Amino acid sequence: MVNRNFTFRLWREKAVRVSLFLAAFSSIAITAGIIGILLYESSIFFKAVPLVDFLTDTEWTPLFESAHFGIMPLVTGTLVTSIVALLLALPVGTVIAIYLSEYAPYRVREIVKPILELLGAIPTIIYGYFALLFVTPLLQRLMPELPGFNMLSAGLVIGVMVIPYVSSLSEDAMRAVPHAIREASYAMGATRLQTALGAVVPSAFSGMTSAYILAFSRAVGETMVVAVAAGMQPNLTLDPRQPAATLTAYIVQVSLGDLPHGSIGYQTIFAAGLVLFLMTLGFNIAGSILRKRFREVY
Amino acid sequence: MAEIKKLIRRQKRWDLLFGLLGILATFSGLLTLLALLIDLASDGLPQLSWKFFISFPSRFSDQAGILSAWVGTTLVMLVTACSVVPLGVAAGIYLEEYAKKNWLSTLIEINIANLAGVPSIVYGLMALGLFVYRLRLGQSILTAGLTLALLILPIVIVATREAIRAIPCGIREAAQALGATKWQMIKDHLIPYGSGGILTGIIIALSRAIGETAPLLTIGALTFIAFLPEAPISGEFPFVSLTWLRSPFTVLPIQMFNWLSRPQADFHRNAAAAGLVLIFMTLAMNGLAIFLRYRFRRRIRW
Repeated sequence: MVNRNFTFRLWREKAVRVSLFLAAFSSIAITAGIIGILLYESSIFFKAVPLVDFLTDTEWTPLFESAHFGIMPLVTGTLVTSIVALLLALPVGTVIAIYLSEYAPYRVREIVKPILELLGAIPTIIYGYFALLFVTPLLQRLMPELPGFNMLSAGLVIGVMVIPYVSSLSEDAMRAVPHAIREASYAMGATRLQTALGAVVPSAFSGMTSAYILAFSRAVGETMVVAVAAGMQPNLTLDPRQPAATLTAYIVQVSLGDLPHGSIGYQTIFAAGLVLFLMTLGFNIAGSILRKRFREVY
Repeated sequence: MAEIKKLIRRQKRWDLLFGLLGILATFSGLLTLLALLIDLASDGLPQLSWKFFISFPSRFSDQAGILSAWVGTTLVMLVTACSVVPLGVAAGIYLEEYAKKNWLSTLIEINIANLAGVPSIVYGLMALGLFVYRLRLGQSILTAGLTLALLILPIVIVATREAIRAIPCGIREAAQALGATKWQMIKDHLIPYGSGGILTGIIIALSRAIGETAPLLTIGALTFIAFLPEAPISGEFPFVSLTWLRSPFTVLPIQMFNWLSRPQADFHRNAAAAGLVLIFMTLAMNGLAIFLRYRFRRRIRW
């Protein structure tokens, strides 16, 4: 009796172990699924469109009679909005991080940090609303010639959205700097600002850089704000006041129409998705390498 | 001496200035959040009425409501929760308690970190290719729920691992010293003690999923739906029906996007009202998670 019970327990342990492993392995399966689908569908696309045209053509009009398949307009749209976002989020986020870590009293930090993190928790479609119906009219008062759809307000709002990524993660990195370093700096007669800029920031630099890269990666992948507020016209321009489409906005635009499965229009969204995936993957890998290589050992 | 005093004064002035700049930056962040909420509330609050919740979308903005959207959101979240909780918790337990330090577990860990950085719309493309066309699940509630489950899986895994890691080793040793197998130790001790942290993580993950729009647009969620999926429970045999899983759907963020894309200001007010409902749900879930974290942290003393 006891013996049978014992065998049963052994078998059950094995079964549990295997099923838990399968659950953990599912994450690999998801990645394989993502890469497999993107590569498979875009391989069909690249059979019809030469890679050279894809990279060098300056027009992206895949659904028109005279179709052009140059990805550059979508890439510049993506980069311009992301850069506008970072020009806002990096300085503001960094200043907030230094303030919270080095200046603010404990209680202020404990209250302000979670509230700021709410900025990152708000659904992105609501930021789209904010960009289109609050920020754009506001900007139009300063710049009357600004069109209703533009990359500037979309970029600024994405910047607000990624501030908590920059500020929270940078603050964590600064918190992790040991107090002895600060005390040494203060003992030399440095002010708080000198300590922060001269001792804490350099020590926390790798963590801050990976926070910046994460913010960039988020801005590149952001969809709904640009789909609502930047217009959906592919437009090869570096002027943020112009309307333009990003990689993500194009995918949304095509998904809204009823494209037949297997048509060239259907395959273009996978090609755009592949470019987007490779861009963010590059950033993410760069971020984790930075985090590893420059991690200060105390 | 006077030189040094001047230098000190100057440095102190910079110090003060930067402190003010920090306060300003922090407040500008908080103010933007406030501006966003007030802007949404001032446009949306007058639209909110009982009728708004029980009406289907309509061509006429004053008759339009969010019935199909909130029902769709609820059903999609149900599918998401049912699939992500067992998968994520199991994966977290495996990585924390079973995984040996070898190349496979390292690969899985790196992979989970990278999955968290994949843009949500790419998940949508994967779901379109895999679920909709390969597995022929259609543009359905089931597809949507599974897509969002994959999207938030890394959050649940990480939360589970942290919750379990916080449990002291003495508990594990005590259970195994009494002859419990590893699984008995996990099932009777680690999961109950870690449930607070795990639950907090699940709620945060779901609050993220509830606001996701892009991947659902990609798999072909409709933006205009004037019917409800078949009820899951019926009065006749077999009482429980699963046809709702295959039903087309819309969700709150998509309904909001639809109204926002129209040029008429009346529809923008409807969008604001839908946004208010959405933001209330998100903030309520986040608040619940913060409350739970606080409660569990206080109650448990190892």
